[in-house]
Amino acid sequence: MHYDASSCNGCDIEVLACLTPMYDIERFGIINTGNPKHADVLLITGSINEQNTPVVLNLYNQMPNPKVVCAIGICATSGGIFRECYNVRGGVDTLIPVDVYVPGCACRPEAIIDGVVKALSVLEQKRAAGPQQPFVPHPAVSGASHSGQHATPNH
Amino acid sequence: MTTKSIAMALGYVVLAPVIGGLLAGVDRVISARMQGRKGPPIMQPFFDVFKLLAKQYVTVNKFQSFYVAGFAIFTIVAGALFFAGGDLLLVIFALTVGGIFLVLGAYSANSPYSTIGADRELLQMMAYEPMVILAALGLFMVTKSFRVADILAFPKPLIEYLPAVFLGFLFILTIKFRKSPFDLSSSHHAHQELVRGLTTEFSGRALALIEVAHWYENVLLLGFVYLFVATNVWLGLAVCAAAYFLEVLIDNTYARLTWKPMVVWSWVVAGVFGVANIMVVHSLLK
Repeated sequence: MHYDASSCNGCDIEVLACLTPMYDIERFGIINTGNPKHADVLLITGSINEQNTPVVLNLYNQMPNPKVVCAIGICATSGGIFRECYNVRGGVDTLIPVDVYVPGCACRPEAIIDGVVKALSVLEQKRAAGPQQPFVPHPAVSGASHSGQHATPNH
Repeated sequence: MTTKSIAMALGYVVLAPVIGGLLAGVDRVISARMQGRKGPPIMQPFFDVFKLLAKQYVTVNKFQSFYVAGFAIFTIVAGALFFAGGDLLLVIFALTVGGIFLVLGAYSANSPYSTIGADRELLQMMAYEPMVILAALGLFMVTKSFRVADILAFPKPLIEYLPAVFLGFLFILTIKFRKSPFDLSSSHHAHQELVRGLTTEFSGRALALIEVAHWYENVLLLGFVYLFVATNVWLGLAVCAAAYFLEVLIDNTYARLTWKPMVVWSWVVAGVFGVANIMVVHSLLK
């Protein structure tokens, strides 16, 4: 499943390109779905902002275990050129655990496929490891159940 | 119940998921090749089902598992009855009851996507049921029996008597296989129609069971196609393979329609092809 968390859409277009005959990610048995209940791999582009923090948490929590998260593009990895900005979190791993980082601006479909294949092997390890601990968001995340702490802007 | 019929039914229960899964894999590969891609390995549907079985089971409410189990059981029973040579009408009704269970399961989740998917699934059932029953009726008119064993034993290929019924049945087969242009409720290849339509709120084991039950249903439907050309085994299997390939071809060449054209066209086909053929057969065999 792919979610655009305030990306410029460059990486999203490259993710879409992975579904085309030129790059064809279905060779690995992967299909695109919009339903988190059916998804195993979450591709996130863009560094997350306040508006889509609850959305990303919602999508991540709806996905059944085992699941993996790929941060696609440098904005999702670390915030990219927007890292110091006040309005973005600065990367997906400020919110949810990330398994694979695919840097690039925009990252090429070959790199995305590489990252997803790596994520599949992480998925295999997680499946072999058995049931996971339930996910608790970082206490500094607004929209989570913990309160009384303010968000730290830059990690 | 002869030992042969019991053996056929058991063979169906054991082998149909294997055959159905291979059919699904072949479907994905052929669709990919038609689209200029390479496609997944043929065994991919099996990998998918095993993966789904290993996932955490998230249910929306207490009733979902029951409805999915009902859907699977009635579909498997319908197929086992069919391959044991039983009553064709009973097979059709068991299949319909299974479908209703799936619709109830989708309605039980309070999600707008699964609700609209369930609405569309009911419309689909309304669209194809007349033609399916007319096909059974046509087979009865020629062979004087609803029992599959007697239909198979008929000396001449039934497609000679019922060509239009066969064509009408192929038409609604597109709806039953969930292929474009009639894949409204839970499309096989469009991965984001109504999020996932009918199957939106199912995950993990339930989704795996729905997938396997669909494989059972596909094998049953191809068995129904085989009934029309049952005199020669190889010709029958070839016709089934050709029908399946035709469905994949239609899937890749037509875009999805809305429910109104689907229902209207299905009824027109049932009326024109089905009823006309049956009237002709009735007057010829008087």
